[in-house]
Amino acid sequence: MNSFSFAVAHNIEGALAEIGTSANAKFIAGGTNLLDLMKENVARPSHLVDITRLPLDRIEEGPEGGLRLGALVTNAETAYHPQVEARYPLLSKAILAGATAQIRNMATNGGNLLQRTRCYYFYDLATACNKRQPGSGCAAIDGYNRIHAILGTSDRCIATHPSDMCVGLAALDATVRVQGKAGERTIPFLEFHRLPGETPEIDTNLALGEVIVAIDLPAKGFVEHHAYLKLRDRTSYAFAIVSVAVGLEISGGSVSEARIALGGVSHKPWRIPDAERLLVGGAADRQNFERAADAILAGAKEFQYNSFKIELARRAIVRALQQAVDMEDINDSQIHRTTTEPR
Amino acid sequence: MSSTPLPASQNIQITINGAAKQISVRPWTSLLDLLREQLNLTGTKKGCDHGQCGACTVLLNGKRVLSCLTLAVMKDGADVVTIEGLQHGDQLDALQQAFIDCDAFQCGYCTPGQICSAVGLIREGKAKTADDVRELMSGNICRCGAYPNIVEAIQRVMETAEANGRA
Repeated sequence: MNSFSFAVAHNIEGALAEIGTSANAKFIAGGTNLLDLMKENVARPSHLVDITRLPLDRIEEGPEGGLRLGALVTNAETAYHPQVEARYPLLSKAILAGATAQIRNMATNGGNLLQRTRCYYFYDLATACNKRQPGSGCAAIDGYNRIHAILGTSDRCIATHPSDMCVGLAALDATVRVQGKAGERTIPFLEFHRLPGETPEIDTNLALGEVIVAIDLPAKGFVEHHAYLKLRDRTSYAFAIVSVAVGLEISGGSVSEARIALGGVSHKPWRIPDAERLLVGGAADRQNFERAADAILAGAKEFQYNSFKIELARRAIVRALQQAVDMEDINDSQIHRTTTEPR
Repeated sequence: MSSTPLPASQNIQITINGAAKQISVRPWTSLLDLLREQLNLTGTKKGCDHGQCGACTVLLNGKRVLSCLTLAVMKDGADVVTIEGLQHGDQLDALQQAFIDCDAFQCGYCTPGQICSAVGLIREGKAKTADDVRELMSGNICRCGAYPNIVEAIQRVMETAEANGRA
């Protein structure tokens, strides 16, 4: 790790003043991703601003019957919060599918959104990576790209966003509240993360010098019909190869609303609202689920070692939709395990 | 390149195993390095130093965290308990004793992290079954493969705690 200077912010104004607009200064909260990247020399900030003392550590009622998650609430506190468990069980399950108990005790909600890809070429300073060093190339495109993206890729980058929580937030249509020197603004969740395009070094639409203050969940939580299905190479503490968050509303045997978000397949949580609308008004059955899955994956593009992901994602979507209909595991376990093992 | 002086050390107050300490730390010193290198509390182990193995697990303000991914300078005012602080006088903590009784380690390198993590797990109160224990202990790797005995040791203490809770 290189040396850096350090300051503690005691209020948001102080934090914004301290960070300035320097790309070389960084906020730090949980630190679980940033410190790892600093030890690997992938991140080399010259100044860290500790924001853990800011008053953003509450979960409280939000506007229009929703819930507001403070940016500094830990992932564990969020997943186990009684209001989140009762009103947004999909989010609890998504969070608990990620990382480990220790990391969830440290990592914050704001930091979860800002974590960086786990593409091993991004981490390896000996290889080309446009995300780490713009213009250097992408070692993954012609490399061992088994874990890489199949949707929304560019010829500059095929990395995936690693979060589980964000897949749940995408399905729930959350809103990100951010604050900068010009004041506060909101960013719809699907517009928060970016596709790589020509600038894969920019992960999100958070502006330089802005800080995430909260995540707002709308009232609708899909308590009765939801699922978070995570497929990975081992059944715990591994990033998703493919994950699916589903929220369904079913009335009179037909689907009245559907949300399907994918993780592990793109540079951002992936949703195709037009594909979700294909389900509306129809029966909640396998044939319709397959049609929606095909629509979501219509633009999928395979690379040498990840072609299996397209069919895997297709089957995962269908299965997650069926799980949301059945809700077979709703009382299964307090810790909401999501494994690939047959139950 | 002009050479600039290293950023200054900062003073923090931190309670380690019940003792309040004033310590000067560099901004980049991890809590793990503070414990091992500055305070000679070498019970907490450095395995991967990247948050993947759990050997460095300690209890920070009562919660299990990874000391390798924690900057000491950010923990001014915090309360830290390490494996050295778990025993009660001359008596081992119930989990320490259960790890011995269940033969829950071989080389012992991961054990301090396993035990601190298990203390956190039992406090959290979310694990009910052996599957739950396995899932919620997945952040602690044991390369000797003592997992069945580790799960047994933890479940033994969970059952005792539950029985005491009912009494």
